[in-house]
Amino acid sequence: MSQKNRLQDGGRIDRSKPLTFTFNGDSYQGYAGDTLASALIANGIDVIGRSFKYSRPRGFVAAGAEEPNAVVQLGATEATQIPNVRATQQSLYQGLVAASTNGWPSVETDFMGLVGKLGGKMMPPGFYYKTFMFPQSMWPTYESYIRKAAGLGRASKEKDVDRYDKMNQHTDVLIVGAGPAGLMAALSAARGGARVILADEQNEFGGSLLSSKETIDGKPAMDWVAEVVAELNQFDDVMMLPNSQVNGYHDHNFLTIQQHCTDQFADRAPNGAVAQRLHRVRAKWVVLATGAHERPLVFGNNDVPGCMQASAVSTYINRFSVVPGNELVLMTSNDGAYQTAIDWHDAGRHVVAIVDARKNPQGSLIDAARERGISIMVGSGVIEVQGSKRVTGVSVAPLNDVGDKVTGAIAKLKADTVASSGGWSPVIHLSCHTGARPVWDDEAIGFLPGPTVQKQLTAGAINGVFTTHAALSQGLQAGADALAHLGLEATDSSVPTTEDVTQGKAMALFHIPHNKPTSKAPKQFVDYQNDVTAAGIELACREGFESIEHVKRYTAMGFGTDQGKLGNINGMAIAAKALQKSIPETGTTIFRPNYTPVTFGAIAGRDCGELFDPKRFTAMHAWHVARGAKFEDVGQWKRPWYFPKDNETMQQALNRECLATRESVGILDASTLGKIDIQGKDAREFLGRVYTNAWAKLAVGKCRYGLMCGEDGMVFDDGVTSCLGEHHFLMTTTTGGAAHVLEWLELYHQTEWPEMEVYFTSVTDHWSTMTISGPNSRKLLEKLTDYDVSKDHFAYMDWKPMTVAGVPARVFRISFTGELSFEINVQANYGMHVWNALFEAGEEFNLTPYGTETMHILRAEKGFIIAGQDTDGSVHPFDLGMPWAVAMKKPFSFIGKRGMQREDCVRADRKQLVGLKTIDPNVVLPEGAQGVFDPKAPIPMPMVGHVTSSYWSACLGRSIAMGFVKGGHDKIGEKVYYPLADGRVVEAEICQPVFLDPKGERQHV
Amino acid sequence: MFHIFCPHCGEYREEEEFHAKGEAHIARPLDPDACRDEEWGEFLYFRTNPRGIHHELWVHAAGCRKFFNITRNTQTYEILEVYKLGEMPSVVAE
Amino acid sequence: MSETNQETLEQPPIKLVMNQLPDANVPFESPLHHVELTKIAEHSGSQGGVVFRELSLGLLTLRCTPNAEQAASIEGILGVALPSNPLTSITSANGELTVMWISPDEWLLQVPQDKAFELESRFFAEVSGHVSLVNVSGGMTVFELSGNDVVKVLKKSTPIDFHDSEFPVGKVVSSIFAKSGATICRTSEQTYQLVVRRSFADYLWLWLQDASKEYGLTVMG
Ligand SMILES: [Zn+2]
Repeated sequence: MSQKNRLQDGGRIDRSKPLTFTFNGDSYQGYAGDTLASALIANGIDVIGRSFKYSRPRGFVAAGAEEPNAVVQLGATEATQIPNVRATQQSLYQGLVAASTNGWPSVETDFMGLVGKLGGKMMPPGFYYKTFMFPQSMWPTYESYIRKAAGLGRASKEKDVDRYDKMNQHTDVLIVGAGPAGLMAALSAARGGARVILADEQNEFGGSLLSSKETIDGKPAMDWVAEVVAELNQFDDVMMLPNSQVNGYHDHNFLTIQQHCTDQFADRAPNGAVAQRLHRVRAKWVVLATGAHERPLVFGNNDVPGCMQASAVSTYINRFSVVPGNELVLMTSNDGAYQTAIDWHDAGRHVVAIVDARKNPQGSLIDAARERGISIMVGSGVIEVQGSKRVTGVSVAPLNDVGDKVTGAIAKLKADTVASSGGWSPVIHLSCHTGARPVWDDEAIGFLPGPTVQKQLTAGAINGVFTTHAALSQGLQAGADALAHLGLEATDSSVPTTEDVTQGKAMALFHIPHNKPTSKAPKQFVDYQNDVTAAGIELACREGFESIEHVKRYTAMGFGTDQGKLGNINGMAIAAKALQKSIPETGTTIFRPNYTPVTFGAIAGRDCGELFDPKRFTAMHAWHVARGAKFEDVGQWKRPWYFPKDNETMQQALNRECLATRESVGILDASTLGKIDIQGKDAREFLGRVYTNAWAKLAVGKCRYGLMCGEDGMVFDDGVTSCLGEHHFLMTTTTGGAAHVLEWLELYHQTEWPEMEVYFTSVTDHWSTMTISGPNSRKLLEKLTDYDVSKDHFAYMDWKPMTVAGVPARVFRISFTGELSFEINVQANYGMHVWNALFEAGEEFNLTPYGTETMHILRAEKGFIIAGQDTDGSVHPFDLGMPWAVAMKKPFSFIGKRGMQREDCVRADRKQLVGLKTIDPNVVLPEGAQGVFDPKAPIPMPMVGHVTSSYWSACLGRSIAMGFVKGGHDKIGEKVYYPLADGRVVEAEICQPVFLDPKGERQHV
Repeated sequence: MFHIFCPHCGEYREEEEFHAKGEAHIARPLDPDACRDEEWGEFLYFRTNPRGIHHELWVHAAGCRKFFNITRNTQTYEILEVYKLGEMPSVVAE
Repeated sequence: MSETNQETLEQPPIKLVMNQLPDANVPFESPLHHVELTKIAEHSGSQGGVVFRELSLGLLTLRCTPNAEQAASIEGILGVALPSNPLTSITSANGELTVMWISPDEWLLQVPQDKAFELESRFFAEVSGHVSLVNVSGGMTVFELSGNDVVKVLKKSTPIDFHDSEFPVGKVVSSIFAKSGATICRTSEQTYQLVVRRSFADYLWLWLQDASKEYGLTVMG
């Protein structure tokens, strides 16, 4: 066992539970309670990855969500790979397998490192824009090279074996962050009777208290936390969510939380368990108690492993019992960071020096450091560090009063660790997600949440107050405020007592000057993850970028998974200085969701595989499946497309289905057609207003085809509507248009004509609809009903109630094939029975099931349109050659009438629907092909319309097509040409779009 | 994701239950045939699209299927009121 | 043979009322017929956190804005007044009839399957004025979910708030359900009815099995 940096005792780890894990192929040991980061540090791992642009070795900087470098790939098997995991946020578990994502081919000897070291000039800021603009054809090459070298992680090549889930939550108060402020707010809200959700990204509640040596109410802070958590657990209406990152704050207090359920404990979720759950929370009030991130200082070579946030060093020591080095130099601009030197010293390691930029720091922590004999160098800064894979020493120089100039001789100290603190940046990310602009605060030396329209409260360090006492008292207040807004009363609670710590004034310092100009000094990193340096930001400003948003995009500062948690404020301060403005004048970029990367698994939840999208089935679906149907998606419906037999090709099956229908009888499951029951004394008048044709005289027992247009006069749906009673109609719509048509009818009824007495009820699913079509369809129907279905008693475009195969049915004699047809409708609970009976009775007629494709061919042979295929929202009934379906003389100006009479709609050269016969009858035009009148015209040729429907017609022994041609109705007999992508030019003759039985005799037998 | 109070159901529901139907109070001309092309074009295509206060028609598509109006701030996305068809907004732009 | 109003076609009726139930020898097939719930029930454990059952009922959609006279006739037929408060439902004393509020002018009536035609006929005969009653028994089915973990499964499927303070017994809502839709009614402390469209039934059944997996699912035949 070689956890060389592990202390003998202390910390919140369980030394009785050792865990073995693998990093970059080597096996290590840690303890339950470790993060992957703390376990690696315990084992003396300094280099965790290589940087994005310069490929410099990088180590741990932080201990939480703000860690920019320690982004690893997780997963013991291919199927369980997860990229972009912060080692600082990943709990250690037995058998964990992690690998560096940055650094290819290996972290230790990196190929790109060579490029980076050659002066680092290969990738200056704006690199992408400058270098890769041209030639565009090389982009894929560059991109794959850079991505591989930069190591942005990789997705699994196999199906993810874990289960993910989503859950909708409602709460009175959602509290984000379970540090002292969040816990106090939760306690106050819960005691007052509110419904509470408390979410925290860590595996334990406590926040800053987890690594603190403070006391609360006279006991160790974590004892107080344990009591609060125990009390909160008693409330039925309090939901406690540890391991849960609140990642997005959206409109109207809608927030998303990614909860790690099992992936913090195991590579794979145990059987049945959910690995991660995305909570979609609607909160009446939100309390942001998200705390603050410590800002490291910017100085030369500040990215060498061993340079860390001061507070992170304390966290590793106090919470994980790991000291990340032996010789510490602490660089600070404030009192708080002195605690790190004290913790380091108390852990038995050597503090080389505290380097304080202030001339005369005063306060209780400074006294405590002095008492321990720690050397303090005031008025000074660490201007650069030495080392490459680990810090070996530091250069310290005296600074002027404002900290922007080196004023004296440089001293060199030996050290392996440099902890730095430039103060704290409130975690305002979530507050920014809703569009609130952050506000600079000179006192806090940071941006605070800006004014918001959300029902949002804030408490603790997010407000720029950094003591435990302030966090507790603001948390208590936020809880009480939330209760008051909810109309609830706070029970009297008092702020728990804490120890007093007097702190001196901090200095606003971001960028430590070097004795050389920034551009010549060793690299001073601002954004580690995107390799943005102080020199790069100054260059961007010199190149003329004045807006901080532009500087961000030019330099890539705050991009990607990092979202500027550590670097943004430093970057803005450096830009402000370069632009000779103040920070508030320069402003800040804002943060977008998500706060940290969210797995695709959590986003998808169970909306994948079979459950990706709802599937709608008819009552006969099981039969279609058993019969080997191929299916086509029409909206969410699964409709039989065709029914191949034996080894038939699709075309062979279609030919057989078409011929069987035209020669004997075929059957189509038409249940998916939209059906709307319409009742009321004004139903007839209403139909007259929404359809283009006349409905005033349609008698009971009759059916009629209608076209529906928008106010612009363009066709959007069609179908047959039947008169069931004087005040009772059944409308049918296209399969895909059903919901839209129903909403359309309600829209006009509710907004324009509420005085009309009419009601609409969807009955689409209620009726199973089976269409038998072909010369033998009557004989087939006669076998199953006693009703007289002869030509004289049951005419074309009539409907009759009758009993079919023992089931009451409505039978409509309408035809979409041009053949004698009957559409049988029965309540869907009996659809399968009737369908089976039809097949039993139909055997002697070779009853042949057909699907949507044969339906399309048969109707195209007759020139019947399909709304949505032969229309696209830009064609009116006259374009379609259907003037017979428009009754211009109706008294009410029906929907579409005025629109189709606009100047543009009556042009003679509009694209009009015509039939198309290829000169070579064996060539089937591709649908979508664009026609031209002159195939020799120079490119770009003037296009005159496209092919909308095109098939091989087995009945006609040739191809048939329909399509739009400019002025086509006056060009019957003329030629149009279709230049195809493969170089062929197909010549076609413009014709009437009725290819079979133009007199319509077959359906009238 | 808006949280919308349906005035017919009498409670707040999630945006996914609703469909937005564009600007409210766009009445169909009573005599379309008497409209000049320009007037009809105005009715069909032209909308105010303001920055700030906006009156919108919505329908509770997955709920009661009733249409109603919303006054919404297009900058902040605040919904300032909901009101039934036939009613007029009480919050209007200056 | 079943009844139809075929002979009345000679004098055109205002509306078509039709008994849609077949001869007794014609099998009834619910939307989940192919699933064979009875067989699954034999093998499903009884300890699941979620209990599933399909109910086959007569369902009718009533559209009306009742005036006093209509309200009285309707109450006369149903034996209960139409619930006029949004999102409420009412069940008759004998439990045979439930009326769910859907919209200010729409209710869903649940009756035994063989009572649908009778109800429709009586409405046609007894309720004057503007009213529409449509048999939708074939177009919908009813899933009954119960058990200790039932609310968790509902929360995975719909954005409705099921907290006791927001969703008491008797409340009914129509909402998104698993990217489809459902009318959801709390019929007892731990029992919820989902009225779903027939065509979505198989998909929703798959969804519910999957959503219940972590709690265990008991199927009742
Ligand atoms: Zn509603």
